[in-house]
Amino acid sequence: MSVVLGRLQFFVITLWAALTLNFILPRMMPGSPMTAMMARFKGRLSPQTVQAYQAAFGIHPRDSIFTQYLTYLDNLAHGQFGLSVGFFPEPVINVVMQALPWTLALAGVTTVISFVLGTLIGMVVAWRRAGAVDSLVTPLFVVLSAVPYFWLGLLAIYFFSVIHNWLPARFGYGITSSLTLSWATIGQILTHAILPAGTIIITSIGGWILTMRNNMVGTLSEDYVQMARAKGLRPWRIMFHYAGRNAILPNLAGFAMSLGFVVSGLLLTEIVFNYPGVGFLFLQAVENQDYPLMQALFLMVTLAVLVAILAADAANALLDPRTRAKR
Amino acid sequence: MYQHIALEEAPLPVPAARGRRPRLLAIGGLVLSAVGSNAKAVLGFAILGIFVIMAVFAPVIAPYGPTAELFLPTLGPSPTHLLGTTNLGEDIFSQLIWGTRETLLIGAIAGGLATILSVAIGVTAAYLGGIVDHVLSSVTDIFLVIPALPLMIIIAAYAQGGGMWVLIIVIAVTGWSYGARQLRPQALSFRNRDFLESAKVRGENRAYIIFCEVLPNMVSLIVAIFLGAALYAVLAAAGLQFIGLGSTTDVSWGTMLYWGQTNEALTSGSPLWVIVPGACVCLLGASVALMNYAVDEIANPSLRGRRRRLRAQRRASA
Repeated sequence: MSVVLGRLQFFVITLWAALTLNFILPRMMPGSPMTAMMARFKGRLSPQTVQAYQAAFGIHPRDSIFTQYLTYLDNLAHGQFGLSVGFFPEPVINVVMQALPWTLALAGVTTVISFVLGTLIGMVVAWRRAGAVDSLVTPLFVVLSAVPYFWLGLLAIYFFSVIHNWLPARFGYGITSSLTLSWATIGQILTHAILPAGTIIITSIGGWILTMRNNMVGTLSEDYVQMARAKGLRPWRIMFHYAGRNAILPNLAGFAMSLGFVVSGLLLTEIVFNYPGVGFLFLQAVENQDYPLMQALFLMVTLAVLVAILAADAANALLDPRTRAKR
Repeated sequence: MYQHIALEEAPLPVPAARGRRPRLLAIGGLVLSAVGSNAKAVLGFAILGIFVIMAVFAPVIAPYGPTAELFLPTLGPSPTHLLGTTNLGEDIFSQLIWGTRETLLIGAIAGGLATILSVAIGVTAAYLGGIVDHVLSSVTDIFLVIPALPLMIIIAAYAQGGGMWVLIIVIAVTGWSYGARQLRPQALSFRNRDFLESAKVRGENRAYIIFCEVLPNMVSLIVAIFLGAALYAVLAAAGLQFIGLGSTTDVSWGTMLYWGQTNEALTSGSPLWVIVPGACVCLLGASVALMNYAVDEIANPSLRGRRRRLRAQRRASA
């Protein structure tokens, strides 16, 4: 119980840190949503209009910093992230909500696939350590995991779409069709997801394989594995139930560490494929200098990552009695 | 970025805790021979060496200026233009050679700064302990989980251009936490060792103890952290420049990717414009990953293959 409380405390503190960072950054830096807006209208705005926009963006230049901070927190608590500059006058929250499901689905599916596959491959590779498989697969994935996601995406587009025209390279579904719930639409969504998802899985799986391999090399030299061997248990039973089971736990804990990185790669992959998720929205926000949108996206991504980490922690506590007994 | 691959669960290397400073020359020789006998390390160093030569001798190697619009647009590869030309008639091969400079500089400087930050924060936390440790560890954990790319995008966007140095600072500020997280436990394990106690008894001051007793014993981990941070910096810079942050008028692999993608290089007949700079990022990344992996193997013998150990035993008994 105390473990859960500790993790919750960390969750709250990190979220607070992200919120505060989000508040401080724009006030420290030269750019601002207002100047971006002014630049868009090339100085054709009257002072009254400027004031109205300031009110709309939630900028109150005369208030003290502390009051501004409280207003900011209050607005966030009510889901008010201000108005988007690029999609003016659409509220930022609506824009984000349209993109979020795409990203969550893509991230969820690819993470689960690469975790399961990577863990299995890592187990086998460690079991046959120093064999042909190990000396081939391990360096291959060391190299593959250093490939930038977005570059592999570009290659995939070039090969599968430009040269062969096998798979669609852009967007999340057929651009001519509307999003209605039908088999045709679902099929389109799936075919459009193959290239981005494949790219993410290939580049992120290496990390799982290598950590799993190194953990498993550790557990294979434990006494209880020797004991299992001495008892004459079948090799696959030793591999999965004795060594593998215990090696998974640190891998699960490593999930939290690698998640931020996977998310970064995912965002860039979306940009390459014009996938209608958070990453592509980020690109549009950068191009339009849409600061309110950028900040809302940052907070949403942080929140999603924190929830995922909390879930991984809970899974770890469920699977490993030692983490529960520690405190 | 990729550091979680190797060092995460590796047991701490046993420090040379003799109360005397390790003899640098002898250790240097050991490292050299270890690197020489490790194929991964040799390959990694070779690739990096080629890129360093490209960067240093860019004016000699590159046939044309990187942004000289001298030729017909979107020519295919030919003996005069090894990689073809851009839509503005610039020579892509020359851009690639010149672009190596900024890419390597960002990797080295941002990686170095991030390493310094992580050493400062990780070792300080472990050495001072108590409330300082608690605060610094919490800050480290927070930076570890806040997704770096969105944060980098926001900071770089607010900085509005500014080029290489903005990227370097953004990357260093967001990239130190992983190293600090790895260094703290190792520094902590030194705290009550005899050789530190004896230094304290000798009346050495804190700075001497940290710089001359603690840090030399952590060299292998610090090198690994630097390699990881430099790789992270190269990839992050390429990613940020790819979406048009930093200065798009600089010449680097990242800005080549940006201009290539903006001008639809893949579909408009000059695919090499984006494929080759990306491939170079990969190669550089692979070389760093290989070196990192080798450092890990050198520092942690249990990860080495069984065959090599057998061979070593046979050699020893012969």
